[in-house]
Amino acid sequence: MGEFKVHRVRFFDYMPSAIRALAFQPQREKIAVARTSGSVEIFNCADRFFQEKIIPGREQAATEALAWVGDRLFSAGLNGVISEYDLENQKVKYTIDAFGGPMWTIASNQQGTHLAVGCEDGTVKLFEVCEGKIQFEKNLAKQKGRILSLSWHPSGSRIVAGMMDMIRVFNTETGQSVHRLLVERGIGASRSVECVVWGVVYLSDGTIISGDSSGKVKIWDDLTGTLIKSHQVTKWDVLALSVSQDETSVVAGTSEGTVVQFQFLSVVLGQEDKEWVQTRIFKNHTHDVRAVLELGTAVVSGGMDTQFVVRPLLDKIEERGPECVLRKIQFPHRSLVSCAKKAGLLLFQYPGHLELWRLGESDGHGASGSVLPVKRKPEKLLHLKIKGEEHICCSAVSPCGEWIAYSTVASFRLYRLHCDNNNVSITKVSKLPKVLSSANQICFSSDSSKLFAASTCSSVHVVSLSQTVHKFVCTLKPKSGETLLTTAVHLLAASEDGKWLASANSDREVQIYNLTKMKLHSTVPVYNSGVTAMAIHPTTNNLFMVHADQQVFEYSIEEKKYTDWSRQVQRNGLHYLWLARDTPVTNVTFNPKNPTHIILHDAYMFCIIDQTLPLPDSSSQFYNQLTLRSLPEKDRTKHSHAFKMCKTFKELMFVELMEDQSLVAVERPLVEIAAQLPAPVRQKKFAT
Amino acid sequence: MVEQSGVRVVRCGGNKINFRAPIITKDCRFLICGSGDSVKVFSTSTEECVHVLEGHTDQVTGVALNPANHLQVYSCSADGTVRLWDFIDGILIKTFIFGYPILSLYVSEKHAGVIFVIVAMENQNKGENFQLLALHLPKVPDQEVEAKDMFAVLCDISPNPGSTAFGQGGEYIASALGLRLNVYFFRKQKTYRFSLKATDKKGAKNAFTCVACHPKDDCIATGHEDGKIRLWRNFNQKKEYTYSTQHWHHNAVSSLCFTPEGMHLLSGGVESVLVQWHCEEVNKKDFLPRLGGAISHIAVSSDGQMYCTSHSDNKINIIHCSFKLSAVIQGLVKGNIWTDLVIDSRTKALVMNGRPGHLQFYSLQQDKQLYSLDIVQQEYIYEEGLDQFEVMKAVFDVRGNWLATVEERGRDSDLEFALKLWGFNESAQSLELNTTITAAHQDRITSMCFSPSTETTMLVTAAKDGQFKVWLLGTDSETQKEQASWSCDFVGSYHGLQPTNCCFSSDGSLLAVSFEEVVTVWSSDTWGLLTTLCQPPGPIRELCFGRLSCSKYLLATTPKNLLCWNLLTCSLEWSTPMDVHLLRSDPLSDIIAAFCLHSKSSNLFVFRPSEPRPLFTQKAVCEGKVQRCVFAPRAEPLDSCDERFQWLNRSRLYYLTEKMELLSFSTQTEDERILKSRKQLLVDDSVAVTPFYLLLGKHRRQQEEEDKLNFMTNKVSERTQHPQASVAVKELLHTPAHVLPAASFLCSMFVNSLLISNTESREEKQPSEKDEDSDKEEDDSEEEMETGDGQQEIRTQGSVEEAPPKLSKAEEKELRRVRKTDFSWVTSLSSS
Repeated sequence: MGEFKVHRVRFFDYMPSAIRALAFQPQREKIAVARTSGSVEIFNCADRFFQEKIIPGREQAATEALAWVGDRLFSAGLNGVISEYDLENQKVKYTIDAFGGPMWTIASNQQGTHLAVGCEDGTVKLFEVCEGKIQFEKNLAKQKGRILSLSWHPSGSRIVAGMMDMIRVFNTETGQSVHRLLVERGIGASRSVECVVWGVVYLSDGTIISGDSSGKVKIWDDLTGTLIKSHQVTKWDVLALSVSQDETSVVAGTSEGTVVQFQFLSVVLGQEDKEWVQTRIFKNHTHDVRAVLELGTAVVSGGMDTQFVVRPLLDKIEERGPECVLRKIQFPHRSLVSCAKKAGLLLFQYPGHLELWRLGESDGHGASGSVLPVKRKPEKLLHLKIKGEEHICCSAVSPCGEWIAYSTVASFRLYRLHCDNNNVSITKVSKLPKVLSSANQICFSSDSSKLFAASTCSSVHVVSLSQTVHKFVCTLKPKSGETLLTTAVHLLAASEDGKWLASANSDREVQIYNLTKMKLHSTVPVYNSGVTAMAIHPTTNNLFMVHADQQVFEYSIEEKKYTDWSRQVQRNGLHYLWLARDTPVTNVTFNPKNPTHIILHDAYMFCIIDQTLPLPDSSSQFYNQLTLRSLPEKDRTKHSHAFKMCKTFKELMFVELMEDQSLVAVERPLVEIAAQLPAPVRQKKFAT
Repeated sequence: MVEQSGVRVVRCGGNKINFRAPIITKDCRFLICGSGDSVKVFSTSTEECVHVLEGHTDQVTGVALNPANHLQVYSCSADGTVRLWDFIDGILIKTFIFGYPILSLYVSEKHAGVIFVIVAMENQNKGENFQLLALHLPKVPDQEVEAKDMFAVLCDISPNPGSTAFGQGGEYIASALGLRLNVYFFRKQKTYRFSLKATDKKGAKNAFTCVACHPKDDCIATGHEDGKIRLWRNFNQKKEYTYSTQHWHHNAVSSLCFTPEGMHLLSGGVESVLVQWHCEEVNKKDFLPRLGGAISHIAVSSDGQMYCTSHSDNKINIIHCSFKLSAVIQGLVKGNIWTDLVIDSRTKALVMNGRPGHLQFYSLQQDKQLYSLDIVQQEYIYEEGLDQFEVMKAVFDVRGNWLATVEERGRDSDLEFALKLWGFNESAQSLELNTTITAAHQDRITSMCFSPSTETTMLVTAAKDGQFKVWLLGTDSETQKEQASWSCDFVGSYHGLQPTNCCFSSDGSLLAVSFEEVVTVWSSDTWGLLTTLCQPPGPIRELCFGRLSCSKYLLATTPKNLLCWNLLTCSLEWSTPMDVHLLRSDPLSDIIAAFCLHSKSSNLFVFRPSEPRPLFTQKAVCEGKVQRCVFAPRAEPLDSCDERFQWLNRSRLYYLTEKMELLSFSTQTEDERILKSRKQLLVDDSVAVTPFYLLLGKHRRQQEEEDKLNFMTNKVSERTQHPQASVAVKELLHTPAHVLPAASFLCSMFVNSLLISNTESREEKQPSEKDEDSDKEEDDSEEEMETGDGQQEIRTQGSVEEAPPKLSKAEEKELRRVRKTDFSWVTSLSSS
């Protein structure tokens, strides 16, 4: 496996923001996640919950709710505007002011014709969904007090609104209130506090389910407007509700960090008489669960502790597979760190600023696993704050460490770094080509002479960099002329010799461009899972790709086909433990000294694939480092296989091999993230 | 060794009443539970034992109300029979012979004529395996029926009866074993299995401990090792079953029970807190704490008005549904026993360690705890490893006026102990603390005894510090005169050796103290050392003086020998090589009982010190070592003519085995007598057995006895005396209809009884005053009630020396006055 000098980097203070809202698109099986930073992420449920798209947020966005209408995603926020997102190019398409003050909720009807938003001023506003825009239609009867939650009846004829101390049912035709359901306040000290109905769900049989701040989940009948049953779920608030597609299960997220499931079960087996019964409690969060989704086969929840948790419901899953594992997604599925291999610099991307660090140095030699003395401490060279409200969507540092580029939705900036002993200064490159208005992904060529910026419609702009002139070379476009709607590129990989550039977009297409001819060289066959990481081998110029379902492919660029090794992998199949890993590989790198070694990492391990060794078959021990160590030297070769895993590090954000054969591992321990979270609600623990 | 056919070992009281879950009858008036070989019926309002249903010959392992007739109860036993009883009248209706030991019993309304029993599986070579059988009860009029028609319902289940429960309407049966829950549906004849992982990430222990089924909904509640309660639903599907989890208990849930309407779920565990969960509002629960020992079973009456909990300290609490404790039925507490078994001569009660820090006074005749005396007088904290004061020794003086106790805490280095002396207060009728001596000795007290002499009240304590001390009750003139207290009178020692035992001779003139291998004999008047006895070497284990005719003998045991010295000659009279570990003399006769361990079972030898041959020997009286034994005087002596059993006439020998079973011996004559008393039908239960009733009934019964005595002496047929009171009429009127013979059969008997007999002339010769009384008796015959103990009947046949007490004139007058007083208010009180 080889020995490395490892930089254990712990100074990347990455802090994810809390999850505020979740919305599920059942046709495409996608989940939209809104975070308090204003960013919206799209996860693909069918593709192992791979984070396909990230729409960066902006200051004071305060997205409160999300709603899908067909393939279109809308959000409403406390800033009072409804936004529609351009999911292809990963940005906000347009915003429209609802003129009702801050908005707490947005809901679409099942027919996909209307959107309803609940406003601070007590109005429910209906918008008609038109081609390319939305059109205000009417206000429902204005109420006193804010509208906090909305749910359409599946027929679209009625809408239920959760308010302060009450629930209202509106007729959408007439706009009049049909029922006024009073929700009792909590007991004790909270009697004087208004009861907030945080979530409502309207079922097709006329049952209304509500969750409120007194900790109760209540079941109402809309025909008579009466309370059928009340379940005290928590001492604190019930913050979110979600119903499954078949309306047999409802989940409620609470302030205690629990998700409580209710099921529509027959009280006496074999009889039709059914009742909502509280059944399971899932506790996967430490803080408020602000949003939940019941997908039928899994319960998805997110909240203040920033984790996106997928809890599979094993009783609904037919066969054991990769869906059966509990997933906790803490980190974005793309790298926020870029590294200047030659200069030993690390660029960290925060939502609102960039940080450039120089790695420490050590000249000591020690035994394996020991800590070396640090000669020079790591040093923060730069803290670059961005201008404007938009958050950074991508950034890169050139391998020589001379150039830094970042892009927001609105602007693209390139800086030149002057490192003069201890004096660090940067100058903004002012005269950039006009086409570089924004980029989805930035990459430098290995000799730092070219800048590649992925732009709309999967196009990549190439800019040649020099000390003085920055010339736009050309725009590389995928050949297919008819597919103008191709989605944004989220990965770029340039070859070491400067000949090739590979780009991957969220439609799972991988294009390879010839940089000498400046045109498309070939297209890798589309695989049915997104590419999570890829890189071009420095010596063989093979493109190495890892997909969200943990499959690995090696594609020979020159021969335009998969390599023999890749075919062998596909023939043999990967080890089931490798396929069962629940976080995607986010970075691929190579060891120039040992060309057969490929270094991969995901959030919990990094791994070296040795292409010369045989692949593990399903009967062999996969995590075999410890057994190998105990074996005598002769037997090791017999038992060793291609995958060598290393789990010594805490949660990993980035692993890269530097020019000087030292390994950089950027760790972000989850305990440190948890320590920065606000205190959770007080809970009595036994024996305290 | 000759087989002693006449004597058998019996469990005679102090049985576990918490072995299996009790049941409450439909009207909530009685609580029925198995107790040893019998089934006991208690009154829920008065806590009195109303009936003892005897007939099983081994441990009763389950009781259940007959679903077809709520006045009948089934009981099953390890003797392989199921018996059906009428618990109102206390009679056996039917016996179903099954043949294999039964571990538990279930009934279901839906399955008429079938009962379900748990038995050990046959032909299983590896370990114990149990199965649930459905047993068809044949509908034959015979008293004893063989029930052979059965089929297996579930195999490989837990022997614990709480792990199996019938579901809603008897549609299915749920049974848990280890980590698996099995649900068997009778209609589909299909079993669904649900398993849990042994441990999850949080280290929870998921093994099932108990199961209960909701009576109305299809919901199964299961208790778990880590204190969780799971409510299972939708369990007729292999995959889409679901459960919710509740957690309050911090240790294993030992019992679960739903109320009949399914509104509440009751749970209990080692915390001895009864928790009532509201099924509608899951998070709401009520608690009833401090119930005593760990809860082992919970049962609910069929109308949901009463709950009862059995506890590990042999107690049943009856709890009203408003969550108030309404009655406590306390059995003999068998926890850690450090004290000897002692008989309190006042109450004739057995005294031993009861609740922690207490002495319990247990009446062996009535088989109930009289009271519990707090010796330590400190709050007991239920926590493991906490060193708390415990009563280690307790001794009564001969008349029961004084009680000496020793309580201890700590190990050898930091030993704390106190000697307490308790005097009987006549006015308060209870023992009161008189003197506390905190440092009576330097080291642990090994033995103590009161002087049996009537003149002085004297206590001798021997301790490990090499001294024995004599304590005297002195009226200190300087302090208050009425408050006599104890003080040390004499300190004796012998060559610095550690005294191990001390013992007074029966007249109190001699004190024998054993110092390791030497027995010293002291005069109690002068405290001079009279003699030392140390024939065969070996540490003295037990020391005991002979009584009555054998009072000149002193007996001692060493690990190798049983020794007997004649104190007149100060020489060894005889010795036998025997490893006696327990030696006890009968206070009422001259015989001595010795237990010795031989090949893992204990043998009993009963002998007179004057004769080297044993009077009686019984081999293998129990498995393992006999822990303690005591002679308890009988209420009425037996008159066994067989020479071998005469030693049992005046006292009864009780002994405690390693398994904490209190056993005794019963002779054939005794058995017969009990059998006879049982045959008499019990009548009129309209009046609950209250202390008031017993007070009134006593006089009534006395009268009856005299009547009977008369019949016996006169040899006159009872039937002819008073037509109304005649046995035939009584039987006719008071026998439950379903056990009566045909009316045609009764008719002739009844008519016969009405005929005026020609012996009437002889009747006239009856003493007049008795006639009067008995005539009056007829008036209030409605209040007549006989308890099942049968003591009074025994007296009628009793030995000559124990003639029934004749009433003096004054007493008779007093009685008449009492009789004339209007006690109707008592009836109204007790019936309300």
